[in-house]
Amino acid sequence: MSDPAPEAAEVKPRRWTLWLPLALFAGFVALVLIGLMRPADREVASAMIGKPLPEFALRPAFPGRPGLSRADFVTGGKPRLLNIFASWCIPCAVEAPQLAQLAKQGVQIDGIAIRDRSEDVSAFLARNGNPFVRIGADDVSAVQLAIGSSGVPETFVIDGKGVIRYQHIGDIRAGDVPTILRKLAEAQ
Amino acid sequence: MAVLTRFSSEREGGPSPNAVAEGYRPLDRGTPFQGGIDLRWTRAVAFFAIVAGLWFAAAAAAQDTLPPAPYAYRQLDDPVLEAKAQGLMETLRCLKCQSQSIADSDAPMAGDMRSQVRQRIAAGEEPEAIRAWLVERYGDYVSYAPRVTQLTWPLFAAPLFLLALAALLLRRRFGKSGGSAK
Repeated sequence: MSDPAPEAAEVKPRRWTLWLPLALFAGFVALVLIGLMRPADREVASAMIGKPLPEFALRPAFPGRPGLSRADFVTGGKPRLLNIFASWCIPCAVEAPQLAQLAKQGVQIDGIAIRDRSEDVSAFLARNGNPFVRIGADDVSAVQLAIGSSGVPETFVIDGKGVIRYQHIGDIRAGDVPTILRKLAEAQ
Repeated sequence: MAVLTRFSSEREGGPSPNAVAEGYRPLDRGTPFQGGIDLRWTRAVAFFAIVAGLWFAAAAAAQDTLPPAPYAYRQLDDPVLEAKAQGLMETLRCLKCQSQSIADSDAPMAGDMRSQVRQRIAAGEEPEAIRAWLVERYGDYVSYAPRVTQLTWPLFAAPLFLLALAALLLRRRFGKSGGSAK
């Protein structure tokens, strides 16, 4: 594309400036093409990483576990996981074995059920196992919005002071478990 | 889940597989081509029926059963406040359906966001404060109203710069030689 420029320059100095608009346009087209070819990233990451959890208190999502509030996280203890899920969410069932594995390794997991009914949560946990210590019910996505979560499932690492340290978007696959364990260790 | 089973049972025992079988039987040697087309047709219809069934089953199963948040589909009684809320909702991005504003989307999460916006406006909060609250949580992405930041200022400066450059060039070309240039 810039080949003709030196030729033109030989004929008449300063002629290369003629090609400048074309070169700029070619650069612009290249930029657009790169943008089109690159796979789109449709995940909206929370901007709350490194910030403390907002104030909240949720009623129990079903009779089997207590509800969840900010105070439950500010205990000065070990870092914990906060899993945002829903019984109507299919990937949430897919990540259940990985959550069970994390719970078995001694990780405390608390849950927030988004827009869910008590009987549906019970059925979901009966079917997929219950790795949760506490489960709060968020009927109008208020806590979800307050922590910058944009869907289900999402999993947050919360340290002992109640500060959000890491966000995992989407279901936890088997390959994600080591990363989450590492983030938990880093949050100590 | 009930929806899912209903759709899958329709898929297995429904008319589509039978239609394929029946379409095959009347085939006789006299009209092989005609029969071939019929068979392909029924197969295609059966295939689309199955795909459509799966699509709707997945879509239906991935919805919650709770009623919408109080102000998701209800306007505020005060028209002035409602206009304020509407203006803000039209410039907030739905996080589930990223090319729509929350005013345009029927996603449950967009409904929850609308309800929260209306309730906070009704409680006296300013629209820009609510926008700032959301940007603090989701970044600039959540807002359709662009801000001038360290990252975006060239977008605002570039047109001004180009206009100034054009004015300068045009003056040099036409200004000095008093119209005799060209």
